[in-house]
Amino acid sequence: MKRREAIDKLTGREAYIDDIAIAGVWWGCTVRSAVPRGRIRDIRFGAEIDWSEFVVVDHRDLPGPNQVAMIENDQPVLASDRVRHIHEAVLLLAHPDRDRLREARRAIHIEIDEEPAIFDYRVPPPADTVQHGGDNVFKRVRIDKGDVDAALVAADHVVEGVYETGAQEHVYLENQGMVGYVEDGVVTVKGSMQCPYYIHAALRHALARADNEVRVIQAATGGGFGGKEDYPSVLALHAALLALKAERPVKILYDRDEDMAATTKRHPARVRHRTGVTSQGRIVAQDIEVLLDGGAYVTLSPVVLSRGVIHASGPYHCDNVRVEGRAVLTNAVPFGAFRGFGAPQTIFACERHMDVIADELGMCPLGLRRKNLIQDGQSTSTGQVIRDGTDRIEILDRAVRDAEFHQREAADRAFNSTHPYLRRATGIATFYHGAGFTGAGETYLDSRAQVVGLATGEVEIRTANVEMGQGALTTFVKIVAEKLAVEPDRIRVAEVDTFHVPNSGPTVASRTSMIVGRLLERGCDALCATLGGDWTGDKFERELLRWHAEHPGQELIAEVRYEPPPGVEWDDERYEGSAYGTFAWATYAAHVEVDLRTFGVRLLDFVAVQDVGTVLDEVLAAGQVQGGVVQGVGWALMEECQFVDGAMANHNLTNYSIPSSDDVPPVRVVFYETPYAHGAQGAKGIGELPMDGAAPAIVNAVARATGARPAVVPLTPEVLMRVMGSA
Amino acid sequence: MTILLPGTLTDAYRMLSDDPDVTPVAGGTDLFAHWPENRVKQSTTYLDLSGLAELRSMRWTKSELVLGALTTYWDVVTDARVAAEFPNLVTAARQVGAVQIQARGTWAGNIVNASPAADGVPVLLAYDATVRLGSRDGVEDIPLDEFYLDYKKMRRRPDQLVTEIRIPRRTYQRAWFEKVGPRKSQAITKVGVAVTVAGETWRIAANSVAPTVCRCPALERYCAAVAGAKGQPLTSPSDLLPAIRSDVSPIDDIRSTAEYREQVLARILFHALNDAGV
Amino acid sequence: MSTNSVSIETTINGEKTSIDVTATERLLDVLRYRLGLTGSKEGCGEGECGACTVYLDGQPVNSCLIPAYQVRGRVVETIESIAPEQLGAFVASGATQCGACSPGVVMTAQWIVKHPHLLQSHGLRELMAGNLCRCTGYDGIIDALTETLAANGSAEEPVSGQDR
Repeated sequence: MKRREAIDKLTGREAYIDDIAIAGVWWGCTVRSAVPRGRIRDIRFGAEIDWSEFVVVDHRDLPGPNQVAMIENDQPVLASDRVRHIHEAVLLLAHPDRDRLREARRAIHIEIDEEPAIFDYRVPPPADTVQHGGDNVFKRVRIDKGDVDAALVAADHVVEGVYETGAQEHVYLENQGMVGYVEDGVVTVKGSMQCPYYIHAALRHALARADNEVRVIQAATGGGFGGKEDYPSVLALHAALLALKAERPVKILYDRDEDMAATTKRHPARVRHRTGVTSQGRIVAQDIEVLLDGGAYVTLSPVVLSRGVIHASGPYHCDNVRVEGRAVLTNAVPFGAFRGFGAPQTIFACERHMDVIADELGMCPLGLRRKNLIQDGQSTSTGQVIRDGTDRIEILDRAVRDAEFHQREAADRAFNSTHPYLRRATGIATFYHGAGFTGAGETYLDSRAQVVGLATGEVEIRTANVEMGQGALTTFVKIVAEKLAVEPDRIRVAEVDTFHVPNSGPTVASRTSMIVGRLLERGCDALCATLGGDWTGDKFERELLRWHAEHPGQELIAEVRYEPPPGVEWDDERYEGSAYGTFAWATYAAHVEVDLRTFGVRLLDFVAVQDVGTVLDEVLAAGQVQGGVVQGVGWALMEECQFVDGAMANHNLTNYSIPSSDDVPPVRVVFYETPYAHGAQGAKGIGELPMDGAAPAIVNAVARATGARPAVVPLTPEVLMRVMGSA
Repeated sequence: MTILLPGTLTDAYRMLSDDPDVTPVAGGTDLFAHWPENRVKQSTTYLDLSGLAELRSMRWTKSELVLGALTTYWDVVTDARVAAEFPNLVTAARQVGAVQIQARGTWAGNIVNASPAADGVPVLLAYDATVRLGSRDGVEDIPLDEFYLDYKKMRRRPDQLVTEIRIPRRTYQRAWFEKVGPRKSQAITKVGVAVTVAGETWRIAANSVAPTVCRCPALERYCAAVAGAKGQPLTSPSDLLPAIRSDVSPIDDIRSTAEYREQVLARILFHALNDAGV
Repeated sequence: MSTNSVSIETTINGEKTSIDVTATERLLDVLRYRLGLTGSKEGCGEGECGACTVYLDGQPVNSCLIPAYQVRGRVVETIESIAPEQLGAFVASGATQCGACSPGVVMTAQWIVKHPHLLQSHGLRELMAGNLCRCTGYDGIIDALTETLAANGSAEEPVSGQDR
């Protein structure tokens, strides 16, 4: 099926928030802290500006608690007396003219008495930098399976490694933007977002309003990747506060520099591995420590940590696993959700470590993986027994075949021995990604979706899940059209507007197709049940029209609620049980060429083999994989957030490089389709998985090409030079 | 902000001599980045050259290729004759930004923007180009080699305008250009080097390793000596480091490190010399 | 010409237009906020991402880097001038996901389609490198372009990944 909105997007007709003309709208902007930590002493308004032209909002204008409602409500909407990071929002301004607004922003001086700050998440905080609990730890989680200490003692070999991954900026091509306005007493925000009901909750809380006094509407959203999961709650509050005070619509639109400077990024991480193995390469103990830099406020760090910890031991069976995870405070701009959500960090460490183990044992890295990959009936670190019928060995072997691993190894060896400065090799990574919210998360979300039979004979889908590029709109239509055997053009998708759509949960965690899609299938069943039979096609439409003829003026709404699949149990205290309803499995292979003159790495070929359950749409699914892989290529090789006092110094696209078309080869995508009984049409999640595999496959390839042991991403040429110098 | 829109070159010269603070602008690809937030640039007076047809030409004389001040990278990229005679100009131009920037960015603008990372300048230096400056008082030719004085300082008086870049037509036995950036296109150079060899004369110019794009005389002497079998044969990149250290002074900045720049410059040159059988 | 506005004549999408612009206005802002041509997007404001690509006298350029007065007497074409019928392959191949880069991508791609001789010297991936896309990994875009070129009979085998 063709993407529903493709032509509108390709021709520029799709209306993103800055494309929508709004009568009487003023521009809003944010005045931010220039220091990482301190007490606000004074705010001076420059005399060169006529401030009577401006609306100025500060923390005193909040009708409710000065808190951005999230996991813990520790982040203020606007700083009142103290700041905890550079770029923390202190004041908001609005004016009809954008240039005047910029001048005014420059004329405000926030004077702050600086206090000691901490920027290195890897060191214990000095006492005068403790700002959360007694030790700056936002969250600890621990997995304990078997007896790790005994198994380490008994192991033939113990292999250790420390791996670090850097922050990553989302670079959604559409910057964050939000319009706030008050309509019939209802505070409304409209803009670019992934999670309308998160914003709804944040508005209710800080504006002290009832459910029906706030309204959130999604505008076309130009990419998210997690960057529009948590941050838009902050931006929406800012737009709403300005609109309330200005008594007119106010639009805040970040430019790229502000967006990169002030919004969240992927959590930097350090992961230590201590692994016990037998001489034959059987992994008998995994002792893992995961440490995340959370930045200045809690935001989503606890759940990012949770996913990272659960994925840390990899798709391997081991009877003795201990994973200790911590997310800690630093005075950096808060880190937040980013595609993969903690898993890319720990999977990089695990998969890089697998190659190091193979090296130490003198084994082939493929053989080591084959020997340890989880088989049906075996369990993950949390004790979740896998019995999904996926042939994980075949996925690995397919990647090896398609990447011509062995043939290339021979050819590369010959090439490397003669070429003066180019070195080639293939690297692989095997991994998995849990789909949907972690643990009992989906049950807690209690998602609802509606399938509505319209009086025109058409069907309307009502969910809070957004199209942000991933193809949710098209996929939802396809799921319902195929379920009811009606033409896709007979299906409408309701605008994502909290006044009209139920809370089907956030558009995150690779959950939309699998979980919300499944809700829609059940919604179709419920709709048909009301119509008295398993109708499809023309019959369905006739029955629908008949119902409306018999019930004039009434709405036919079938609403369904999430029900956990049977047998899914999770113990959040002990971190035991079914961490996810299901996992997607993959092996990626990267063929690289390292230039020993420049230490630059060029990707020559990339093969991505995965089982994501039933593929709902070949073009959309391949697009998710190719895009995710290239985002991973950027993280692996060039995307380096350079922090100075906890703020990104290279916050523009000139100095923060993402891959262009010229930097990547075609990504060759292969799907295996082992259906998952509880996902729409048998689908599992797909969105995040592709982000996990590129970095370890590439860095493993670089290691094989050079003989060095890089343990860091981004592996920039400067870093590789250092690694090779010490190799 | 004020924009001056001269109709002729004579107008432009007059406007420049009337106000020493005027900034001439051609394609604007450097000047207009981050425009809405750039208060300093917005308070400047600009002299817009885009309407001056006199500056648009690219022409050949018997002894020179002459790039008018409005010659863009794209003009060069698409010119088969330039590709045949001065291939490094094309190679360098193709690595400036991407097609959108190549269509707007000018060689002359690249020279006077005076960025140490300027991508067009090393090849011009290696091809021994001369900058022609025009003013009400007449024409002055300055070898590009002598044009830069220090970081963003150059031998252009405020009343002068670069009108032409003149490149002598010579036979080169060899010409290389290598740009190293964070990615293949749309990249700001971390270290770049252009080399030409004409007879026994080596010209080596590097960017992003000093306050200005610069010739590397010690390297030139060293390479010429090695090539002429008068020096020690090269055994490793580090043989080149003393010469590099006497020619350039790379720094750590947001785009790379001094150590990387120095090492990579040595390695690129070493392998280029090796490839050439030197 | 100072910060006060001046009237310029230009041709935008085939229509002769007279607009008052100030010295500080960017072409992109004039198109979007003054003329309602919101198809061109701002992604970076510094000529890196290409989302604001328009044609100036037929050549793709970044409209965020062009002061509006510079288009006096010249011909500007925006994404609004592109007929949807030309974009079948872009729909079918998954060349658009979030869509924010798409208008710029389409402008550069259609320029290549109109000038297939460029492929004698350049690879598609090099020509498209001024349009950053964060969603597709570029395969959908390159596939669509390749198909469109082939359908137009202009597919001399494109040089892929030719080294510069």
